[in-house]
Amino acid sequence: MISETAAAHPIVTALQRESSSWLVSAIVALGELTLEVEADRVVHVCRFLREEKAFNRISTITAVDRYPVEPRFEVVYHLYSVTLKQRVRVRARVDSTNPEIDSVIPVWEGANWYEREVFDLFGIRFRNHPEMTRILMPEGWEGHPLRRDYPVHGHRYDYAETEGGSTL
Amino acid sequence: MSDVGLSELPVTADLRKVLETPAASRPRRLVLNMGPQHPSTHGVLRIVIELDGEFIVKAKSDIGFLHTGIEKQAESLTYQQVVTLTDRVDYLANLSNNLAYCLAVEKLLQLEIPPKAQWMRVMLVELTRLNSHLVWLGTHALDIGAMTVFLYCMREREDLLRIFAMFSGQRMMTSYIRVGGLALEPPRGWEAKVDRFLDYFPSKVDEYDDLLRKNPIWMNRTQGIGQLDVDTMISMGITGPMLRGAGVQADVRRDEPYSSYDKFDFEIPTETANDVYARYRVRVREMRESIKIIKQAREGMPEGAYQAAAPQVVLPEREKMKSQMEALIYHFKIVTEGVRVPAGEAYHAIESPRGELGYYIVSDGSSKPLRMHMRTPSFGNLQALPKMIEGKLIADVVAILGSVDIVLGDVDR
Repeated sequence: MISETAAAHPIVTALQRESSSWLVSAIVALGELTLEVEADRVVHVCRFLREEKAFNRISTITAVDRYPVEPRFEVVYHLYSVTLKQRVRVRARVDSTNPEIDSVIPVWEGANWYEREVFDLFGIRFRNHPEMTRILMPEGWEGHPLRRDYPVHGHRYDYAETEGGSTL
Repeated sequence: MSDVGLSELPVTADLRKVLETPAASRPRRLVLNMGPQHPSTHGVLRIVIELDGEFIVKAKSDIGFLHTGIEKQAESLTYQQVVTLTDRVDYLANLSNNLAYCLAVEKLLQLEIPPKAQWMRVMLVELTRLNSHLVWLGTHALDIGAMTVFLYCMREREDLLRIFAMFSGQRMMTSYIRVGGLALEPPRGWEAKVDRFLDYFPSKVDEYDDLLRKNPIWMNRTQGIGQLDVDTMISMGITGPMLRGAGVQADVRRDEPYSSYDKFDFEIPTETANDVYARYRVRVREMRESIKIIKQAREGMPEGAYQAAAPQVVLPEREKMKSQMEALIYHFKIVTEGVRVPAGEAYHAIESPRGELGYYIVSDGSSKPLRMHMRTPSFGNLQALPKMIEGKLIADVVAILGSVDIVLGDVDR
């Protein structure tokens, strides 16, 4: 569904001209353009936006957990063009049975840590990522804290055990 | 002492193998662990460095030691309560975080903020920039061996902390900027305090600059190191003074003005050398620009309300609660169930002392955020550290790390 306000947007028209199957929806809300794309086309869309629309910086990559709705996860990319001073938000939905999406490191090197963070906190795996390991939580932590079904309080963690015996 | 031949020493087979290979082809790699408890890492950052002699072959940074799960906690608090969490993200720029968060929520609420609150916010975040840059300058200089500057910077910072305490009652965790305006009416006599600071502070900036620029050790250790290609910097997500030190005119205050920044007259300092010294120059010049902005805000401070006229969002005045039924009801509703924010999502970025600080908030229409994500500048900037130190001398690590100006609370959240 492409909303009326978004249909005339140059980025939306350019994307549709490039390929009609990439966009799932496009909307302009609160002055922000959001493009929802097919999860397996995210690298194509990002490369197009970087090369043709000068979105040369990845501001942040994060995810939103819509538990219990399926597809449960939204991977959200905030892009910024340093040259044109424009922003765009790209969103791709991923379900919980196999939460995987392609890495956008080939497009922006800076995606590396952001994707590791999303993997660490949401458990969404990024294909072709050179180092898909935890970044903020300790190695050996069970579960992914930012999932909605993960409790805010009450988890237990034995630091000594995962360090391999006594910490002294 | 008699001459002892190599063969007579009790040498293990491994050592013998090493000693018998010609010196030039000997493997000389040493893996050095720096941090997480190291004074020059400015917090709890761990860097694992592979050395060849004094040169760094490979580096890897390990973060997460200060991860406190602020994004998770925010999901269980109401929108007004989250403000106190944002103080603790970047503990040197508390008000910048307050502001970025409030602007994102206000965008969702589509709330109009009165001019006085907007100008007060500008003045306070610029004072925060001075505060943050003072700590950066002091610790950066201390790392490179200039101790005096550190003591001077901390001395002036004390006055800033007193100004923050005067406004909010807190030196660091201010929570003074709230959704809908400011937490409290600006205190009586704030003008005199700010004026007194503005009177003497510009000469202090010159003093730091003199102390460092006439110090040959500082000049030698900061010039010509830490460069990175501009395209790589942008693609790595580097923002703020580091990017401006590479000659890129990028500043959120100018590019996407918020909170009336478009009404202020200031320059965006840039340098082209792209090294540690250029970043130092950018930040010192930024301090001078901040003084200009604070002066303009101080002199042109509009009259009027310090909070928006939105009774569903802003807590009513104490007096009104005692005399008006509606005020009491609003107070009860805001305190017990919180402010209901229309469903939707918003991203708002500001220029924090370290670069682009953005808050991404997703609301499901309830009084607690469904998701709050912080795009913190230190996280993006730190990612490029290995690229900047590989191939350099080990002594350059602290200089380059200092020029990134990280706050680990900002990295790990």
